[in-house]
Amino acid sequence: MILEQIWMIVWTLLKIVAIMLPLILCVAYATYFERKVIAFMHTRMGPNRVGLFGFRLRGLMQPFADVIKLLTKEIIFPSNANKFLFLIAPVITLATAFAAWAVVPFEDGLVLANINAGLVYILAMTSLGVYGVIIAGWASNSKYALLGALRSAAQIVSYEIAMGFALVGVLVAAGSLNLTEIVHGQQGGIQNWYFIPLFPLFVIYFIAGVAETNRAPFDVAEGESEIVAGFHVEYSGSAFAVFFLAEYANMIIISALAAIMFLGGWYSPIGGDSILATPSVFWFFVKTCVFMYLYFWFRASFPRYRYDQIMRLGWKVFIPITIVWIMVVAIMKVYHLGPWF
Amino acid sequence: MNPELFQQLLFYVFATITVGSAMAVVSVKNTVYAALFLVLCFFNTAILWMLIEAEFLAITLVLVYVGAVMVLFLFVVMMLDIKKPKAAILKQSYTKAALLIVLAMLVELMMLFGYKMQDQLPQSELIRMPEGYSNVEEIGLELFTHYVYPFEIAAVILLVAIIAAICLTLRKRLENKTIDASKQININPAERMRVVSMKAEKGGGSKS
Repeated sequence: MILEQIWMIVWTLLKIVAIMLPLILCVAYATYFERKVIAFMHTRMGPNRVGLFGFRLRGLMQPFADVIKLLTKEIIFPSNANKFLFLIAPVITLATAFAAWAVVPFEDGLVLANINAGLVYILAMTSLGVYGVIIAGWASNSKYALLGALRSAAQIVSYEIAMGFALVGVLVAAGSLNLTEIVHGQQGGIQNWYFIPLFPLFVIYFIAGVAETNRAPFDVAEGESEIVAGFHVEYSGSAFAVFFLAEYANMIIISALAAIMFLGGWYSPIGGDSILATPSVFWFFVKTCVFMYLYFWFRASFPRYRYDQIMRLGWKVFIPITIVWIMVVAIMKVYHLGPWF
Repeated sequence: MNPELFQQLLFYVFATITVGSAMAVVSVKNTVYAALFLVLCFFNTAILWMLIEAEFLAITLVLVYVGAVMVLFLFVVMMLDIKKPKAAILKQSYTKAALLIVLAMLVELMMLFGYKMQDQLPQSELIRMPEGYSNVEEIGLELFTHYVYPFEIAAVILLVAIIAAICLTLRKRLENKTIDASKQININPAERMRVVSMKAEKGGGSKS
């Protein structure tokens, strides 16, 4: 009995490690991917120096060089900073970013915790991440950091509402909060995926996701042209690396959720009997990568929004559209419209 | 160690943190710490609810109170520049009045529980639902069938509160420099800009 329980705990821990390690590796290569994509859009080369054993490998070892550099740097505490809160802030950001992965289904049955309230859990975890930012901004004892933290708090609270309403649309369509059930609701080819009936919610979800993760063009929390680097201006070395890791982990989870909720998760867009038509984790990965690419594309294309424009977009444009579209979805659901409901 | 015992252990750990952080909220001097302790208190309450299998309510508590309400609290507290209160202020007569209120509330709660819970809960074991029971669906069904009138009335009251709050804070100030977005978008470039065609000039100053 006791052995069984201990084995269960160890087995769960092993599963967590099996999610964590690839995720961290993905984050490392997401940075490389980002730099290469943006370089391609700027017609530059991007990182192409760091290789292995004298081979250049087109800069493929660049992420490891960056990690080693960051880990060996000193962590500097600002004067009069609150040391405990200063150190706990990046930990909170990273913990909430990773905790959300517990309910993400990679394939049918391949999920750490298949809980019924999965969608609400994800929303709760992503909204907790803001504490890391706020605490970091306050504990740094710096004007720039505090301003960045306040901007970030206002932005995340505003966009969380639009995002929550977009998820309500998915909930109405699927009739379940369980992420596996949501994917099952989209079975049977590309025309059954929810991005068609929920198109406005799909667009709003992803834009709100970009805003929630504080990425360009919504990165006023960092705003290097006005407030240097925002909430993490005082961080250096591994503490900064943890913030960086959390930001990318959040981006990947927003992309993964977009794939699960609107693009049919692990289902294949190709019909027929070929090997590509079988639903697998491969398709989940490909769909996630599409959204990651969009993130980088946005960053290379759009100038930063002004603060009041961000607030206007969130409150006066997105929230009304989502409320109206939830009604439309409910009507479609009642009359069993199309192949979706 | 049987599962029941393990659960009790978890309960006592999280309950201690909940009570401890709740007391810290009112006893620490720094307001930012007080707000952060309140966050900790809410989070641990959510964990306690999770232990009695009310997972939907627990996650909603985290989402609404921790994720949104407390963020705004912290937002305001950080903006305010509150001077640290001196010990003398804390020892005023407020303390006695507060203790009296706490005592009254404690007695009331105990009376309520003693009266209500006497014949409802079996003392020795927790109510456990079978596997596959979804309390999300259950809450939804209850809210929209049994409790549909209270639910709708609460919704209307909240709506009225939102409108009232907006009306109270919405005032046009003269120095307000808000820009109307539709004005910006519907601008005619010809009114503001003149395109002049001219021959390219040859730079003369660069040969030095």
